[in-house]
Amino acid sequence: MDRKLSWFNVTSLVLGFAFLYLPIVLLVIYSFNASRLVTVWAGFSTHWYGELLRNEQLLDAAWVTLRVAFITACVATVLGTMAAITLTRYGRFYGRTLFSGMIYAPLVMPDVITGLSLLLLFVAVNFDRGFWTITLAHITFTMCFVCVVVQSRLVTFDRSLEEAALDLGCPPLKTFFVVTLPIILPAVVSGWMLAFTLSLDDLVIASFTTGPGATTLPMRIYSQVRLGVTPEINAVCTILIGIVTVVVIGASIITKRQEVERQKAERLAAAG
Amino acid sequence: MAAKAKGRWLVVAVPYLWLLALFLVPFLIVFKISLSQDAIAQPPYFPTFALSEGWAAIKESLGELSFENYGYVLSWDNEFIEAYGSSLVIAGISTVLLLLVGYPIAYAMARSSKALRPTLLMLVILPFWTSFLIRVYAWIGILSPEGLLNQFLFFLGVIDHPLEILATDTAVYIGIVYSYLPFMILPLYSALEKMDDTLLEAAADLGCTPFAAFWKITWPLSLPGVFAGCLLCFIPAVGEFVIPDLLGGSDTLMIGKVLWTEFSVNRSWTVSSAVAVLLLLVLVVPIVLYQNVQQREVEGR
Repeated sequence: MDRKLSWFNVTSLVLGFAFLYLPIVLLVIYSFNASRLVTVWAGFSTHWYGELLRNEQLLDAAWVTLRVAFITACVATVLGTMAAITLTRYGRFYGRTLFSGMIYAPLVMPDVITGLSLLLLFVAVNFDRGFWTITLAHITFTMCFVCVVVQSRLVTFDRSLEEAALDLGCPPLKTFFVVTLPIILPAVVSGWMLAFTLSLDDLVIASFTTGPGATTLPMRIYSQVRLGVTPEINAVCTILIGIVTVVVIGASIITKRQEVERQKAERLAAAG
Repeated sequence: MAAKAKGRWLVVAVPYLWLLALFLVPFLIVFKISLSQDAIAQPPYFPTFALSEGWAAIKESLGELSFENYGYVLSWDNEFIEAYGSSLVIAGISTVLLLLVGYPIAYAMARSSKALRPTLLMLVILPFWTSFLIRVYAWIGILSPEGLLNQFLFFLGVIDHPLEILATDTAVYIGIVYSYLPFMILPLYSALEKMDDTLLEAAADLGCTPFAAFWKITWPLSLPGVFAGCLLCFIPAVGEFVIPDLLGGSDTLMIGKVLWTEFSVNRSWTVSSAVAVLLLLVLVVPIVLYQNVQQREVEGR
């Protein structure tokens, strides 16, 4: 469908994006408010950002969250990619239905159920709750998202490339790293980023599976939000939004450039 | 060949075992604890099974399991059944609202020029990457009685006393529609984008009005996206906790919030487990449907 947009189309786009972005923009604007009252504008100030740097609890929580998210993203990417290969390349095998069920169910499973069930597991096996239990829980649900992202790339790519490498005597593991991985890399990278942000974002599962000593940023934000809206929280949120925006746009530009270069190389190879 | 088979086996086994241990087994434990009773102990329920105590002890513990918690949850005297019902209603209405809001946006995206599409797609995905909690939090400042929406309406002279939106079901609907919108738009867009434009041209040539062409061609062809989007929004919305907790009022009854309260305030692990098992039973049909849709989408091209 490549035609002129009607006024109705344009209106829905404008209203839709206004709805999606207005709350975030307002939140960012009010983080620069000089007043402690969030809804009364009293002039521009970066006071609350300075205040943040002195809030050690918040900084500690941010550090815990970043470490959890980093480990989660790395492990989940490996596991999710393996699962994606299993689902796209292995055909039928014993227990496949159960496997794909366990991959797709966590995508929609309400957080409260996942959180509670993992907590009860950790209690049952007497595992000390804290940093590592949050990380294990996050790996478990994010690997399924990674799997779906990588899978959608794997099903669309030309398998004859892999088969050619195997026919020429390349071992399967080497084939994966030399042929498959470079092609699916954009999907693997976006899987990693998705796992990272899902982990960064999670409140409910982390609250269930945490123990004394490990408080994540969303948990800290949540407990302060319950007491009311403060410009300090707006400032934290603005920083997080800024980081995510820069990373996502940066990554998409990089993958796009790579894609363009790859296509150019393919054209050259075909012409030569 | 033996090494190859071993490698293959390993690629399946690692994620498989991981999910068995950390996804399936926990559900069995939840089920078991839902049959137990609360105790003032560590862990706070009994019976606990200790393999070291031998078969006889385990058999005795098995006898202590009961469906008592389910009786408690399913009794009309308690608010649980109401909470399940109102969660389904709130999630259902929200899903319809999401479809009404999301469809025109996805449709316009699919109709825009090829050059513009990646940017529009990016703009839809970007809010999804920013924290869910932050996005819900942003609405508190907008909807509260002295919030920005009321200030704005006051400024326009539309109202003379503030609207009570925060802490009502309306705020919950706004929150759900806002937070889940990308989940609705993306499957709709991917279904609409694949559509062959010549079908609409043929319909127009044969004298079909654009509106009739939409209902006879576009809508049926977009149905897989509609199903996927609705399930993707409906299922998690039923168990939603953060939105009703932060935006809803004290009379907003949703099962996710009830489960959380039962767990963290009343400290009854056994009752919260029974609530979780029943919630899963309520959701099992939509979850299986979703899996089939997902499987067809990714694997059956």
